[in-house]
Amino acid sequence: MIEVEELTKRFVVRRGRLRRERVVVDAVKGISFRVERGELLGYLGPNGAGKSTTIKMLTGILVPSAGRVTVAGLDPSRRRIELARRIGAMFGQRIQLWWDLPLVDSFELLRHIYRVPSERYARNLARFREVLDLDPFLTTPVRQLSLGQRIRGELTAAMLHGPELLFLDEPTIGLDVVAKQRVREFLGEINREDGVTVMLTTHDLGDIERLCKRLLVIDRGTLIWDGGIPELRERYGGERLLIVDLERPAAPLAVEGAVVDRVDGARQWLRFRGSASELTARVAQSARLVDLQVAEPDIEEIVRRIYAGG
Amino acid sequence: MVESVFLWRRLVGAQIRSQLQYRLSFALELVAAFFLSFIDFLAVLVLFHNTHQLGTWSVHQVAFLYALSSISFALTDLLIGHFDQFPQKVRDGNFDIMLVRPRGTLFQIVGSDFQLRRLGKAAQGVVVLVYALGTLHVAWDVGRVLMVLVSIPAAIVIFSSIWTVGGCIAFWTVDGGEFTNAFTYGGNFLAQYPVDILSSWLRRFLAYIVPLAFVCYFPALYVLDKPDPLGLPRLLQFASPVVALAAAGVAAVIWRAAVRHYRSAGG
Repeated sequence: MIEVEELTKRFVVRRGRLRRERVVVDAVKGISFRVERGELLGYLGPNGAGKSTTIKMLTGILVPSAGRVTVAGLDPSRRRIELARRIGAMFGQRIQLWWDLPLVDSFELLRHIYRVPSERYARNLARFREVLDLDPFLTTPVRQLSLGQRIRGELTAAMLHGPELLFLDEPTIGLDVVAKQRVREFLGEINREDGVTVMLTTHDLGDIERLCKRLLVIDRGTLIWDGGIPELRERYGGERLLIVDLERPAAPLAVEGAVVDRVDGARQWLRFRGSASELTARVAQSARLVDLQVAEPDIEEIVRRIYAGG
Repeated sequence: MVESVFLWRRLVGAQIRSQLQYRLSFALELVAAFFLSFIDFLAVLVLFHNTHQLGTWSVHQVAFLYALSSISFALTDLLIGHFDQFPQKVRDGNFDIMLVRPRGTLFQIVGSDFQLRRLGKAAQGVVVLVYALGTLHVAWDVGRVLMVLVSIPAAIVIFSSIWTVGGCIAFWTVDGGEFTNAFTYGGNFLAQYPVDILSSWLRRFLAYIVPLAFVCYFPALYVLDKPDPLGLPRLLQFASPVVALAAAGVAAVIWRAAVRHYRSAGG
Protein backbone atom coordinates (compact mmCIF):
# COMPACT_ATOMS: atom_id res chain seq x y z
CA MET A 1 0.00 0.00 0.00
CA ILE A 2 2.80 2.38 0.93
CA GLU A 3 6.40 2.03 -0.19
CA VAL A 4 8.95 4.52 0.99
CA GLU A 5 12.62 4.38 0.08
CA GLU A 6 15.31 6.71 1.29
CA LEU A 7 12.73 9.48 1.55
CA THR A 8 14.20 12.88 2.34
CA LYS A 9 12.73 16.32 2.76
CA ARG A 10 15.05 19.26 2.96
CA PHE A 11 13.85 22.74 3.84
CA VAL A 12 15.79 25.91 3.30
CA VAL A 13 14.96 28.26 6.12
CA ARG A 14 16.01 31.88 6.04
CA ARG A 15 16.90 33.43 9.33
CA GLY A 16 17.53 36.98 10.39
CA ARG A 17 15.99 40.16 9.07
CA LEU A 18 18.68 42.05 7.26
CA ARG A 19 21.51 39.67 6.70
CA ARG A 20 19.45 36.68 5.75
CA GLU A 21 21.20 33.50 6.52
CA ARG A 22 20.22 30.35 4.71
CA VAL A 23 19.93 27.36 6.96
CA VAL A 24 19.33 23.92 5.49
CA VAL A 25 17.18 21.65 7.62
CA ASP A 26 16.56 18.01 6.84
CA ALA A 27 13.11 17.40 8.28
CA VAL A 28 13.12 13.80 7.07
CA LYS A 29 16.45 12.08 6.46
CA GLY A 30 16.31 9.09 4.17
CA ILE A 31 13.65 6.96 5.83
CA SER A 32 12.45 3.67 4.34
CA PHE A 33 9.47 1.48 5.23
CA ARG A 34 6.65 -0.51 3.69
CA VAL A 35 3.04 -0.76 4.73
CA GLU A 36 0.92 -3.67 3.53
CA ARG A 37 -2.74 -3.41 2.66
CA GLY A 38 -4.94 -3.79 5.73
CA GLU A 39 -2.37 -2.74 8.32
CA LEU A 40 -3.19 -0.37 11.12
CA LEU A 41 0.00 1.25 12.20
CA GLY A 42 0.99 4.01 14.53
CA TYR A 43 3.42 6.75 13.62
CA LEU A 44 4.96 8.34 16.61
CA GLY A 45 7.50 11.00 17.33
CA PRO A 46 8.08 14.15 19.35
CA ASN A 47 7.07 17.52 17.92
CA GLY A 48 9.20 18.56 15.00
CA ALA A 49 10.54 15.05 14.46
CA GLY A 50 9.32 14.90 10.88
CA LYS A 51 5.98 13.15 11.36
CA SER A 52 3.74 15.58 9.55
CA THR A 53 6.35 16.21 6.87
CA THR A 54 6.28 12.46 6.13
CA ILE A 55 2.48 12.41 6.03
CA LYS A 56 2.48 15.44 3.73
CA MET A 57 4.77 13.63 1.32
CA LEU A 58 2.63 10.49 1.46
CA THR A 59 -0.55 12.43 0.69
CA GLY A 60 1.00 14.42 -2.15
CA ILE A 61 0.94 17.79 -0.39
CA LEU A 62 4.72 18.09 -0.40
CA VAL A 63 7.17 17.00 -3.07
CA PRO A 64 10.08 14.95 -1.64
CA SER A 65 13.60 16.34 -2.00
CA ALA A 66 15.00 12.86 -2.60
CA GLY A 67 13.98 9.24 -2.42
CA ARG A 68 11.00 7.35 -3.69
CA VAL A 69 7.37 7.17 -2.47
CA THR A 70 4.59 5.04 -3.87
CA VAL A 71 1.14 5.14 -2.32
CA ALA A 72 -1.60 2.89 -3.69
CA GLY A 73 0.64 2.36 -6.72
CA LEU A 74 0.89 6.10 -7.45
CA ASP A 75 3.55 8.75 -7.07
CA PRO A 76 1.71 11.07 -4.65
CA SER A 77 3.19 14.42 -5.66
CA ARG A 78 2.75 13.83 -9.39
CA ARG A 79 -0.70 12.31 -9.27
CA ARG A 80 -2.16 14.18 -6.38
CA ILE A 81 -5.72 14.38 -7.67
CA GLU A 82 -5.91 10.72 -8.64
CA LEU A 83 -4.53 9.72 -5.29
CA ALA A 84 -6.88 12.06 -3.43
CA ARG A 85 -9.84 9.99 -4.58
CA ARG A 86 -8.38 6.84 -3.07
CA ILE A 87 -7.16 8.12 0.27
CA GLY A 88 -8.79 9.88 3.16
CA ALA A 89 -7.04 12.30 5.46
CA MET A 90 -7.99 13.92 8.69
CA PHE A 91 -5.82 16.48 10.38
CA GLY A 92 -6.97 16.76 13.97
CA GLN A 93 -6.76 20.50 14.43
CA ARG A 94 -7.89 21.54 10.98
CA ILE A 95 -11.46 21.80 9.99
CA GLN A 96 -12.55 20.42 6.68
CA LEU A 97 -16.25 20.76 7.38
CA TRP A 98 -18.17 23.90 6.44
CA TRP A 99 -18.36 25.86 9.66
CA ASP A 100 -21.75 27.54 9.29
CA LEU A 101 -23.61 24.70 7.62
CA PRO A 102 -25.46 21.74 9.07
CA LEU A 103 -23.15 18.74 9.27
CA VAL A 104 -25.08 16.81 6.66
CA ASP A 105 -24.65 19.66 4.13
CA SER A 106 -20.87 19.31 4.40
CA PHE A 107 -21.20 15.61 3.62
CA GLU A 108 -23.37 16.44 0.64
CA LEU A 109 -20.76 18.90 -0.69
CA LEU A 110 -17.97 16.40 -0.19
CA ARG A 111 -19.96 13.82 -2.08
CA HIS A 112 -19.87 16.11 -5.09
CA ILE A 113 -16.26 17.13 -4.62
CA TYR A 114 -15.28 13.44 -4.60
CA ARG A 115 -17.87 12.45 -7.22
CA VAL A 116 -19.25 9.66 -5.04
CA PRO A 117 -22.14 7.84 -6.77
CA SER A 118 -25.33 8.53 -4.83
CA GLU A 119 -26.01 4.90 -3.99
CA ARG A 120 -22.61 4.39 -2.48
CA TYR A 121 -22.90 7.70 -0.67
CA ALA A 122 -26.22 6.70 0.87
CA ARG A 123 -24.81 3.35 1.96
CA ASN A 124 -21.66 4.84 3.47
CA LEU A 125 -23.50 7.63 5.24
CA ALA A 126 -26.06 5.22 6.71
CA ARG A 127 -23.23 3.13 8.09
CA PHE A 128 -21.36 6.06 9.67
CA ARG A 129 -24.55 7.46 11.11
CA GLU A 130 -25.00 4.21 12.93
CA VAL A 131 -21.45 3.44 13.98
CA LEU A 132 -20.52 6.98 14.98
CA ASP A 133 -24.00 7.83 16.24
CA LEU A 134 -24.32 10.98 14.15
CA ASP A 135 -28.10 11.26 14.11
CA PRO A 136 -28.53 13.51 17.15
CA PHE A 137 -26.50 16.29 15.52
CA LEU A 138 -26.67 15.59 11.81
CA THR A 139 -28.59 18.80 11.06
CA THR A 140 -26.75 20.98 13.58
CA PRO A 141 -24.41 23.65 12.18
CA VAL A 142 -20.81 22.54 12.62
CA ARG A 143 -19.91 25.58 14.70
CA GLN A 144 -22.36 24.42 17.38
CA LEU A 145 -20.96 20.90 17.68
CA SER A 146 -18.91 19.76 20.65
CA LEU A 147 -15.34 18.73 19.88
CA GLY A 148 -16.22 15.05 20.09
CA GLN A 149 -19.15 15.47 17.74
CA ARG A 150 -17.05 17.46 15.32
CA ILE A 151 -14.31 14.84 15.27
CA ARG A 152 -16.90 12.18 14.48
CA GLY A 153 -18.12 14.43 11.68
CA GLU A 154 -14.55 14.91 10.41
CA LEU A 155 -13.95 11.16 10.44
CA THR A 156 -17.09 10.63 8.40
CA ALA A 157 -15.99 13.36 6.00
CA ALA A 158 -12.64 11.64 5.51
CA MET A 159 -14.30 8.27 4.88
CA LEU A 160 -17.40 9.08 2.84
CA HIS A 161 -15.80 8.38 -0.50
CA GLY A 162 -14.65 4.96 0.66
CA PRO A 163 -10.85 5.39 0.72
CA GLU A 164 -8.54 2.38 0.78
CA LEU A 165 -6.07 4.22 2.94
CA LEU A 166 -6.67 6.61 5.78
CA PHE A 167 -4.19 9.07 7.25
CA LEU A 168 -5.16 10.36 10.65
CA ASP A 169 -3.27 13.05 12.45
CA GLU A 170 -4.09 13.20 16.17
CA PRO A 171 -7.67 11.95 15.77
CA THR A 172 -8.39 11.75 19.50
CA ILE A 173 -6.70 14.94 20.67
CA GLY A 174 -8.80 16.79 23.23
CA LEU A 175 -11.51 14.12 23.43
CA ASP A 176 -12.94 12.81 26.66
CA VAL A 177 -12.58 9.15 27.57
CA VAL A 178 -15.94 8.07 26.17
CA ALA A 179 -15.46 9.89 22.86
CA LYS A 180 -11.92 8.54 22.56
CA GLN A 181 -13.20 5.04 23.08
CA ARG A 182 -15.82 5.48 20.40
CA VAL A 183 -13.31 6.78 17.86
CA ARG A 184 -10.91 3.94 18.62
CA GLU A 185 -13.62 1.35 18.21
CA PHE A 186 -14.60 2.90 14.93
CA LEU A 187 -11.05 2.82 13.60
CA GLY A 188 -10.62 -0.78 14.69
CA GLU A 189 -13.83 -1.71 12.94
CA ILE A 190 -13.17 -0.07 9.58
CA ASN A 191 -9.72 -1.63 9.62
CA ARG A 192 -10.95 -5.13 10.50
CA GLU A 193 -14.14 -5.25 8.51
CA ASP A 194 -13.50 -3.03 5.52
CA GLY A 195 -9.80 -3.74 5.24
CA VAL A 196 -8.96 -0.03 5.25
CA THR A 197 -5.27 0.58 5.81
CA VAL A 198 -4.83 3.16 8.57
CA MET A 199 -1.78 5.21 9.39
CA LEU A 200 -2.23 6.95 12.68
CA THR A 201 -0.08 9.84 13.83
CA THR A 202 -0.57 10.49 17.47
CA HIS A 203 0.79 11.62 20.78
CA ASP A 204 -1.79 9.52 22.54
CA LEU A 205 -0.10 6.27 23.36
CA GLY A 206 -3.41 4.84 24.47
CA ASP A 207 -4.53 4.98 20.84
CA ILE A 208 -1.49 3.03 19.81
CA GLU A 209 -1.63 0.44 22.55
CA ARG A 210 -5.25 -0.35 21.84
CA LEU A 211 -5.21 -0.18 18.07
CA CYS A 212 -1.86 -0.78 16.47
CA LYS A 213 0.14 -3.93 16.01
CA ARG A 214 3.00 -2.08 14.47
CA LEU A 215 4.68 1.12 15.38
CA LEU A 216 7.01 3.47 13.55
CA VAL A 217 8.92 5.93 15.66
CA ILE A 218 10.65 8.90 14.09
CA ASP A 219 13.03 11.22 15.86
CA ARG A 220 15.00 14.07 14.32
CA GLY A 221 14.07 12.92 10.83
CA THR A 222 15.25 9.35 11.25
CA LEU A 223 13.23 6.20 11.90
CA ILE A 224 14.39 4.81 15.20
CA TRP A 225 11.88 1.99 15.53
CA ASP A 226 9.87 -0.07 13.10
CA GLY A 227 8.25 -3.11 14.62
CA GLY A 228 5.63 -4.62 16.87
CA ILE A 229 4.69 -3.35 20.28
CA PRO A 230 5.65 -6.56 22.22
CA GLU A 231 9.13 -6.43 20.66
CA LEU A 232 9.35 -2.79 21.61
CA ARG A 233 8.56 -3.65 25.20
CA GLU A 234 11.12 -6.39 25.22
CA ARG A 235 13.84 -4.23 23.79
CA TYR A 236 13.31 -1.01 25.65
CA GLY A 237 11.07 -2.06 28.49
CA GLY A 238 13.17 -4.85 30.01
CA GLU A 239 12.59 -3.56 33.51
CA ARG A 240 9.31 -4.20 35.25
CA LEU A 241 7.87 -3.07 38.55
CA LEU A 242 6.89 -5.25 41.48
CA ILE A 243 4.50 -3.41 43.74
CA VAL A 244 4.28 -4.96 47.21
CA ASP A 245 2.02 -4.19 50.14
CA LEU A 246 3.76 -5.11 53.37
CA GLU A 247 2.11 -5.82 56.67
CA ARG A 248 3.42 -2.59 58.13
CA PRO A 249 5.50 0.36 56.89
CA ALA A 250 9.15 -0.55 56.65
CA ALA A 251 12.49 0.76 55.48
CA PRO A 252 13.13 0.25 51.74
CA LEU A 253 13.68 -3.45 51.20
CA ALA A 254 17.14 -4.62 50.39
CA VAL A 255 16.64 -7.57 48.07
CA GLU A 256 19.01 -8.93 45.51
CA GLY A 257 18.14 -8.12 41.87
CA ALA A 258 15.79 -5.23 42.58
CA VAL A 259 15.97 -1.54 43.38
CA VAL A 260 13.31 0.23 45.42
CA ASP A 261 11.87 3.10 43.38
CA ARG A 262 9.35 4.49 45.79
CA VAL A 263 7.97 3.93 49.26
CA ASP A 264 4.52 5.04 50.32
CA GLY A 265 3.50 3.81 53.75
CA ALA A 266 3.40 0.05 53.62
CA ARG A 267 3.62 0.00 49.83
CA GLN A 268 6.91 -0.26 47.95
CA TRP A 269 7.78 -0.19 44.27
CA LEU A 270 10.68 -2.40 43.15
CA ARG A 271 12.28 -2.19 39.74
CA PHE A 272 13.66 -5.49 38.49
CA ARG A 273 14.62 -7.58 35.51
CA GLY A 274 13.98 -11.28 34.96
CA SER A 275 11.64 -13.58 36.86
CA ALA A 276 8.92 -12.08 39.04
CA SER A 277 8.35 -15.26 41.05
CA GLU A 278 11.99 -15.53 42.13
CA LEU A 279 11.97 -11.94 43.27
CA THR A 280 8.68 -12.45 45.10
CA ALA A 281 10.18 -15.39 46.96
CA ARG A 282 13.15 -13.30 48.01
CA VAL A 283 10.92 -10.44 49.14
CA ALA A 284 8.76 -12.86 51.13
CA GLN A 285 11.86 -13.98 53.03
CA SER A 286 12.70 -10.50 54.25
CA ALA A 287 9.22 -9.11 54.97
CA ARG A 288 5.61 -10.22 55.44
CA LEU A 289 3.63 -9.68 52.26
CA VAL A 290 -0.04 -8.80 52.24
CA ASP A 291 -0.52 -8.25 48.55
CA LEU A 292 1.50 -7.78 45.36
CA GLN A 293 1.23 -6.95 41.70
CA VAL A 294 3.56 -6.83 38.70
CA ALA A 295 3.34 -3.85 36.38
CA GLU A 296 4.52 -3.82 32.79
CA PRO A 297 6.19 -0.55 31.91
CA ASP A 298 3.64 1.51 30.02
CA ILE A 299 4.35 2.42 26.46
CA GLU A 300 4.67 6.06 27.41
CA GLU A 301 7.61 5.19 29.58
CA ILE A 302 9.12 3.08 26.83
CA VAL A 303 8.81 5.83 24.28
CA ARG A 304 10.41 8.26 26.70
CA ARG A 305 13.32 5.86 26.97
CA ILE A 306 13.59 5.54 23.20
CA TYR A 307 13.68 9.30 22.72
CA ALA A 308 16.23 9.65 25.47
CA GLY A 309 18.42 6.97 23.93
CA GLY A 310 18.16 8.55 20.49
CA MET B 1 -15.95 21.39 -17.10
CA VAL B 2 -19.75 21.50 -16.96
CA GLU B 3 -19.61 19.31 -13.90
CA SER B 4 -17.21 21.80 -12.29
CA VAL B 5 -19.67 24.61 -12.90
CA PHE B 6 -22.37 22.58 -11.17
CA LEU B 7 -20.08 21.89 -8.25
CA TRP B 8 -19.18 25.59 -8.06
CA ARG B 9 -22.89 26.39 -7.91
CA ARG B 10 -23.32 23.94 -5.09
CA LEU B 11 -20.40 25.39 -3.14
CA VAL B 12 -21.70 28.91 -3.67
CA GLY B 13 -25.26 27.89 -2.84
CA ALA B 14 -24.09 26.42 0.45
CA GLN B 15 -22.36 29.68 1.36
CA ILE B 16 -25.38 31.75 0.44
CA ARG B 17 -27.54 29.56 2.65
CA SER B 18 -25.19 29.99 5.57
CA GLN B 19 -24.98 33.76 5.02
CA LEU B 20 -28.73 34.08 4.95
CA GLN B 21 -29.05 32.35 8.30
CA TYR B 22 -28.79 35.68 10.05
CA ARG B 23 -31.09 37.75 7.90
CA LEU B 24 -30.92 41.01 9.76
CA SER B 25 -27.15 41.01 9.96
CA PHE B 26 -26.96 40.12 6.27
CA ALA B 27 -29.33 42.94 5.30
CA LEU B 28 -27.29 45.42 7.36
CA GLU B 29 -24.06 44.32 5.73
CA LEU B 30 -25.57 44.64 2.30
CA VAL B 31 -26.83 48.14 2.99
CA ALA B 32 -23.52 49.12 4.60
CA ALA B 33 -21.58 47.88 1.57
CA PHE B 34 -23.90 49.93 -0.65
CA PHE B 35 -23.47 53.17 1.25
CA LEU B 36 -19.84 52.81 2.26
CA SER B 37 -18.79 52.45 -1.35
CA PHE B 38 -20.24 55.91 -2.04
CA ILE B 39 -17.40 57.34 0.01
CA ASP B 40 -15.20 56.09 -2.77
CA PHE B 41 -17.20 58.03 -5.33
CA LEU B 42 -17.23 61.03 -3.06
CA ALA B 43 -13.47 61.21 -3.55
CA VAL B 44 -14.04 61.61 -7.27
CA LEU B 45 -16.55 64.40 -6.67
CA VAL B 46 -14.22 66.17 -4.24
CA LEU B 47 -11.51 66.08 -6.86
CA PHE B 48 -13.84 67.76 -9.35
CA HIS B 49 -14.89 70.34 -6.84
CA ASN B 50 -11.55 71.99 -7.44
CA THR B 51 -11.19 71.36 -11.13
CA HIS B 52 -13.65 71.02 -13.98
CA GLN B 53 -11.50 68.79 -16.08
CA LEU B 54 -9.18 65.94 -15.31
CA GLY B 55 -6.99 65.98 -18.39
CA THR B 56 -9.59 65.90 -21.11
CA TRP B 57 -12.15 64.15 -18.88
CA SER B 58 -15.26 65.74 -17.42
CA VAL B 59 -16.77 64.65 -14.13
CA HIS B 60 -19.46 62.63 -15.86
CA GLN B 61 -16.99 60.83 -18.01
CA VAL B 62 -14.92 59.92 -14.98
CA ALA B 63 -18.12 58.81 -13.28
CA PHE B 64 -18.70 56.48 -16.20
CA LEU B 65 -15.18 55.04 -15.82
CA TYR B 66 -15.73 54.74 -12.11
CA ALA B 67 -19.01 52.92 -12.57
CA LEU B 68 -17.61 50.40 -15.06
CA SER B 69 -14.66 49.68 -12.83
CA SER B 70 -16.76 49.46 -9.66
CA ILE B 71 -19.28 47.09 -11.13
CA SER B 72 -16.53 44.85 -12.47
CA PHE B 73 -14.64 45.00 -9.19
CA ALA B 74 -17.70 44.13 -7.13
CA LEU B 75 -18.69 41.28 -9.41
CA THR B 76 -15.14 39.90 -9.34
CA ASP B 77 -15.18 40.17 -5.60
CA LEU B 78 -18.48 38.32 -5.55
CA LEU B 79 -17.48 35.59 -7.98
CA ILE B 80 -13.92 34.69 -7.11
CA GLY B 81 -13.55 36.29 -3.72
CA HIS B 82 -10.96 38.46 -2.37
CA PHE B 83 -7.91 36.36 -1.61
CA ASP B 84 -7.61 38.38 1.60
CA GLN B 85 -8.16 35.29 3.72
CA PHE B 86 -5.90 33.22 1.57
CA PRO B 87 -2.61 34.03 3.35
CA GLN B 88 -4.29 32.94 6.57
CA LYS B 89 -5.31 29.66 4.92
CA VAL B 90 -1.76 28.99 3.85
CA ARG B 91 -0.38 29.87 7.24
CA ASP B 92 -2.67 27.70 9.33
CA GLY B 93 -2.37 24.76 6.96
CA ASN B 94 -5.90 24.81 5.63
CA PHE B 95 -4.50 25.05 2.13
CA ASP B 96 -3.17 21.53 2.71
CA ILE B 97 -6.73 20.29 3.03
CA MET B 98 -7.38 21.56 -0.48
CA LEU B 99 -4.36 19.64 -1.69
CA VAL B 100 -5.75 16.33 -0.43
CA ARG B 101 -9.00 16.81 -2.31
CA PRO B 102 -9.43 15.62 -5.87
CA ARG B 103 -9.97 19.08 -7.36
CA GLY B 104 -7.83 21.93 -8.62
CA THR B 105 -6.65 24.28 -5.88
CA LEU B 106 -7.64 27.50 -7.63
CA PHE B 107 -11.11 26.11 -8.22
CA GLN B 108 -11.48 25.29 -4.54
CA ILE B 109 -10.35 28.74 -3.45
CA VAL B 110 -12.71 30.45 -5.84
CA GLY B 111 -15.51 28.23 -4.56
CA SER B 112 -14.78 28.99 -0.93
CA ASP B 113 -15.14 32.77 -0.66
CA PHE B 114 -18.51 33.84 -1.98
CA GLN B 115 -19.99 36.78 -0.07
CA LEU B 116 -23.40 37.82 -1.23
CA ARG B 117 -23.15 41.15 0.58
CA ARG B 118 -20.68 42.30 -2.07
CA LEU B 119 -23.71 42.83 -4.29
CA GLY B 120 -24.13 46.05 -2.30
CA LYS B 121 -21.07 47.53 -3.95
CA ALA B 122 -22.17 46.36 -7.38
CA ALA B 123 -25.52 48.08 -6.83
CA GLN B 124 -23.69 51.28 -5.99
CA GLY B 125 -21.76 50.98 -9.27
CA VAL B 126 -25.03 50.63 -11.14
CA VAL B 127 -26.42 53.77 -9.47
CA VAL B 128 -23.33 55.74 -10.51
CA LEU B 129 -23.59 54.28 -14.00
CA VAL B 130 -27.18 55.47 -14.32
CA TYR B 131 -26.14 58.89 -13.07
CA ALA B 132 -23.26 59.11 -15.56
CA LEU B 133 -25.28 57.89 -18.53
CA GLY B 134 -28.14 60.23 -17.63
CA THR B 135 -25.91 63.22 -18.28
CA LEU B 136 -23.52 61.99 -20.96
CA HIS B 137 -25.80 61.69 -24.01
CA VAL B 138 -24.04 58.64 -25.40
CA ALA B 139 -24.89 57.94 -29.04
CA TRP B 140 -25.97 54.34 -28.37
CA ASP B 141 -25.67 51.84 -31.19
CA VAL B 142 -25.15 48.09 -31.36
CA GLY B 143 -21.39 48.45 -31.15
CA ARG B 144 -21.51 50.56 -27.99
CA VAL B 145 -24.03 48.34 -26.21
CA LEU B 146 -21.95 45.33 -27.15
CA MET B 147 -18.83 47.07 -25.90
CA VAL B 148 -20.35 47.62 -22.44
CA LEU B 149 -21.70 44.08 -22.32
CA VAL B 150 -18.37 42.54 -23.31
CA SER B 151 -16.10 44.84 -21.37
CA ILE B 152 -17.60 43.98 -17.98
CA PRO B 153 -16.92 40.22 -18.23
CA ALA B 154 -13.50 41.01 -19.72
CA ALA B 155 -12.81 43.36 -16.80
CA ILE B 156 -13.87 40.64 -14.36
CA VAL B 157 -11.39 38.23 -15.94
CA ILE B 158 -8.62 40.86 -15.86
CA PHE B 159 -9.28 41.69 -12.20
CA SER B 160 -9.46 37.97 -11.34
CA SER B 161 -6.11 37.37 -13.00
CA ILE B 162 -4.43 40.25 -11.20
CA TRP B 163 -5.84 39.14 -7.84
CA THR B 164 -4.77 35.58 -8.41
CA VAL B 165 -1.21 36.73 -9.02
CA GLY B 166 -1.49 38.91 -5.90
CA GLY B 167 -2.71 35.88 -3.95
CA CYS B 168 0.39 33.92 -4.97
CA ILE B 169 2.42 36.21 -2.70
CA ALA B 170 1.00 34.26 0.22
CA PHE B 171 3.19 31.32 -0.75
CA TRP B 172 6.34 33.34 -0.24
CA THR B 173 5.64 35.69 2.60
CA VAL B 174 4.06 34.76 5.87
CA ASP B 175 1.93 37.86 6.11
CA GLY B 176 0.96 38.79 2.58
CA GLY B 177 -2.53 40.10 3.30
CA GLU B 178 -1.69 43.77 2.86
CA PHE B 179 0.34 43.08 -0.22
CA THR B 180 -2.54 41.17 -1.73
CA ASN B 181 -4.82 44.12 -0.99
CA ALA B 182 -2.55 46.34 -3.04
CA PHE B 183 -3.52 44.21 -6.02
CA THR B 184 -7.24 44.23 -5.32
CA TYR B 185 -8.13 47.67 -3.97
CA GLY B 186 -5.11 49.30 -5.58
CA GLY B 187 -6.08 47.91 -8.95
CA ASN B 188 -9.63 49.09 -8.59
CA PHE B 189 -8.48 52.56 -7.59
CA LEU B 190 -6.22 52.90 -10.60
CA ALA B 191 -8.84 51.58 -12.98
CA GLN B 192 -11.33 54.21 -11.82
CA TYR B 193 -9.30 57.12 -13.13
CA PRO B 194 -8.41 57.99 -16.70
CA VAL B 195 -5.06 56.49 -17.54
CA ASP B 196 -3.85 59.59 -19.42
CA ILE B 197 -3.64 61.68 -16.25
CA LEU B 198 -1.01 59.38 -14.82
CA SER B 199 2.72 59.78 -15.39
CA SER B 200 4.00 58.01 -18.45
CA TRP B 201 5.86 55.15 -16.75
CA LEU B 202 2.84 54.29 -14.64
CA ARG B 203 0.70 54.52 -17.75
CA ARG B 204 2.85 52.07 -19.65
CA PHE B 205 2.90 49.80 -16.64
CA LEU B 206 -0.90 49.81 -16.49
CA ALA B 207 -1.42 49.41 -20.19
CA TYR B 208 1.10 46.71 -20.95
CA ILE B 209 2.19 44.95 -17.76
CA VAL B 210 -0.75 44.98 -15.37
CA PRO B 211 -3.49 45.45 -17.95
CA LEU B 212 -5.74 47.69 -15.86
CA ALA B 213 -6.14 50.17 -18.71
CA PHE B 214 -8.17 47.50 -20.46
CA VAL B 215 -10.59 47.20 -17.56
CA CYS B 216 -12.48 50.33 -18.55
CA TYR B 217 -10.24 53.07 -19.95
CA PHE B 218 -10.10 51.74 -23.52
CA PRO B 219 -13.71 50.52 -23.61
CA ALA B 220 -14.83 53.89 -22.23
CA LEU B 221 -12.97 55.79 -24.97
CA TYR B 222 -14.96 53.82 -27.51
CA VAL B 223 -18.34 54.17 -25.81
CA LEU B 224 -17.87 57.90 -25.20
CA ASP B 225 -16.44 58.39 -28.69
CA LYS B 226 -13.47 60.19 -27.21
CA PRO B 227 -10.26 60.68 -29.16
CA ASP B 228 -7.52 58.93 -27.20
CA PRO B 229 -5.59 61.72 -25.46
CA LEU B 230 -2.53 59.50 -25.77
CA GLY B 231 -3.03 58.84 -29.47
CA LEU B 232 -2.70 55.09 -29.04
CA PRO B 233 -3.93 52.77 -31.82
CA ARG B 234 -7.71 52.53 -31.98
CA LEU B 235 -7.41 48.76 -32.11
CA LEU B 236 -6.59 48.73 -28.39
CA GLN B 237 -10.15 49.81 -27.65
CA PHE B 238 -11.38 46.43 -28.87
CA ALA B 239 -8.61 44.41 -27.29
CA SER B 240 -10.05 43.89 -23.79
CA PRO B 241 -11.39 40.33 -24.35
CA VAL B 242 -8.10 39.19 -25.87
CA VAL B 243 -6.09 40.88 -23.14
CA ALA B 244 -8.39 39.26 -20.57
CA LEU B 245 -7.72 35.79 -21.96
CA ALA B 246 -3.98 36.42 -22.08
CA ALA B 247 -4.03 37.72 -18.50
CA ALA B 248 -5.93 34.64 -17.36
CA GLY B 249 -3.36 32.42 -19.07
CA VAL B 250 -0.46 34.21 -17.43
CA ALA B 251 -2.18 34.11 -14.04
CA ALA B 252 -2.80 30.38 -14.36
CA VAL B 253 0.87 29.75 -15.16
CA ILE B 254 2.03 31.88 -12.22
CA TRP B 255 -0.44 30.18 -9.90
CA ARG B 256 0.81 26.74 -10.90
CA ALA B 257 4.39 27.80 -10.37
CA ALA B 258 3.50 29.23 -6.96
CA VAL B 259 1.75 26.06 -5.84
CA ARG B 260 4.70 24.03 -7.09
CA HIS B 261 7.00 26.25 -5.07
CA TYR B 262 4.83 25.77 -1.98
CA ARG B 263 4.78 22.03 -2.39
CA SER B 264 8.52 21.74 -2.75
CA ALA B 265 9.48 24.35 -0.16
CA GLY B 266 6.73 23.43 2.25
CA GLY B 267 5.13 26.68 3.41
